[in-house]
Amino acid sequence: MKPARNAFARDAIAAKGWWSAHRWLLLRRSVQLGVLALFLAGPWLGWWVVKGNLNYSLTLDTLPLADPLVMLQSLLTGHVPERNAIIGVAIVLAFYLLVGGRVYCAWVCPVNIVTDAASALRRRLDIRGGGDLPRQTRYWMLALILALAAGTGSIVWELVSPVSLLPRGLIFGMGGGWLLIAGIFLFDLFVMKRGWCGHLCPVGAFYGLLGRVGLVRVSATRREDCNDCLDCFAACPEQHVIRLPLKGAHKGVGPMIKDSDCTSCGRCIDVCAKDVFQFVPRFAPNADDQARPGAQPEQ
Amino acid sequence: MTAPVSAAARREFMLDTAKMACGMGVIGLGLGLLNRQARALPAGAIRPPGAGSETDFQSACIRCGLCVRDCPYDILQLATPAQQVATGTPFFVARSKPCEMCEDIPCVKACPTGALDHGLTDINQAKMGLAVLVDHETCLNFLGLRCDVCYRVCPVIDKAITLEVQHNERTAKHTMFLPTVHSEHCTGCGKCEASCVLEVAAIKVYPIAQAKGELGAHYRVGWEEKRKAGQSLVEERGLIDLPDRMPEGVTLPGHFDPGSSGGTGALGTGGQLPDGAPR
Repeated sequence: MKPARNAFARDAIAAKGWWSAHRWLLLRRSVQLGVLALFLAGPWLGWWVVKGNLNYSLTLDTLPLADPLVMLQSLLTGHVPERNAIIGVAIVLAFYLLVGGRVYCAWVCPVNIVTDAASALRRRLDIRGGGDLPRQTRYWMLALILALAAGTGSIVWELVSPVSLLPRGLIFGMGGGWLLIAGIFLFDLFVMKRGWCGHLCPVGAFYGLLGRVGLVRVSATRREDCNDCLDCFAACPEQHVIRLPLKGAHKGVGPMIKDSDCTSCGRCIDVCAKDVFQFVPRFAPNADDQARPGAQPEQ
Repeated sequence: MTAPVSAAARREFMLDTAKMACGMGVIGLGLGLLNRQARALPAGAIRPPGAGSETDFQSACIRCGLCVRDCPYDILQLATPAQQVATGTPFFVARSKPCEMCEDIPCVKACPTGALDHGLTDINQAKMGLAVLVDHETCLNFLGLRCDVCYRVCPVIDKAITLEVQHNERTAKHTMFLPTVHSEHCTGCGKCEASCVLEVAAIKVYPIAQAKGELGAHYRVGWEEKRKAGQSLVEERGLIDLPDRMPEGVTLPGHFDPGSSGGTGALGTGGQLPDGAPR
């Protein structure tokens, strides 16, 4: 009998080996740190491949990329941006529309590393309970920061946004910003499980709305192999997205995780000893029609 | 569908919505207050060239730091949360590193949003701030010496800063050369503040909004109106010469000052009431 505590992902490591059980996690961290490294290569080594930060960057002095939420706020204050910013927004919007909005959260945003660390420590220390908020709080936050921009004429959210602050701070200097980041870590650790990224962050909410039809999805393709170990639920930062695709076969729900809250982090794929999950293209033939024959068609 | 269930659901929905709206109200209030604080640029922080008013700048700047990167002299920095400047926005501190006023203005060119106005192509037209000779008591030139450093380093020498000569009353035989800033030419680069030889600079650059006064819109300067009209707009005859209030113990011959003339009556030393004065 396996011990109740600290058994997370042990089956997957035993079945697949440590590397395979951390494959997507390691890939994801490489991408996150790689993006930061590209920005830091300039100030640290003098290799100016990318200038700027995640709000706006210029790659090789030609390719502009701009954060669509910051630009939207700026637009709401009444400022009309210039050409480079508009091109940059268009490229970023198109990219996340295609691959899925919250890919930004899991694969780029460095705050994810902080909150994942808090979550892992919470699991290891077996800290339970704490406050709870509805997950749609983040949409309220999103509405709030947009209203503030329109109402005050300033990009108010940028004064405190940890999502902007952490990458900018790492690249340009944190100053007192560490306090805020430490605050988020402690909040997620002690106050609310997956509190920041999963409940409050308006940037994630924005990318969630953006990625409603993202083309790359996680799917519980081999869900009939599921042995109910619950490791995927423990690993998932947005647990509610897994439940129906994994367990809803009898309700006629297909195995593809279509909820736009899914960050496509792939951690469920890693920690599953039975290889239930995999990345699939959204519109591939037969990708989502493995519902039991004769069951109700999915709404 | 049963009515009681839907009523309870409606009640719960409205309660949840009210809770959420209140929560957001509190957060919004906090952020709003923070924003009001961030709107006030502290005296020591100067924006890069081409930045408009704080309100305009904070609506347009997306905090990307490209201006910081393209500044060849590494003068600009992005504000961090512990600083009083709006988080993530660029500024420089004139006393430590003033703007070198590059002719091609790379910081402005780098700005992707126009927060730094791309219409600014002549750096001499920049209005980053305004130099003010704040302390007349410690400025060496005001003490009668010929320091002149602020004047010498000014990139717009003899226009933005001139030396105005004045008789030195203390020594009675020397001239004081008083550094004088002219706002129409000062770019706010901060060279003067950076090079002031004192422990604490006597000349400082301030954000324009803090340094510059503004005449009432209805004010007319008499001599300019006279020049425009070709003649005085006031008829010469019948003007009343009102009493001149002089500082205590000072008398000027030919001026009527009932307050400080020794209290000997309406007429002071040599004072004559002009025709038409109230008696």
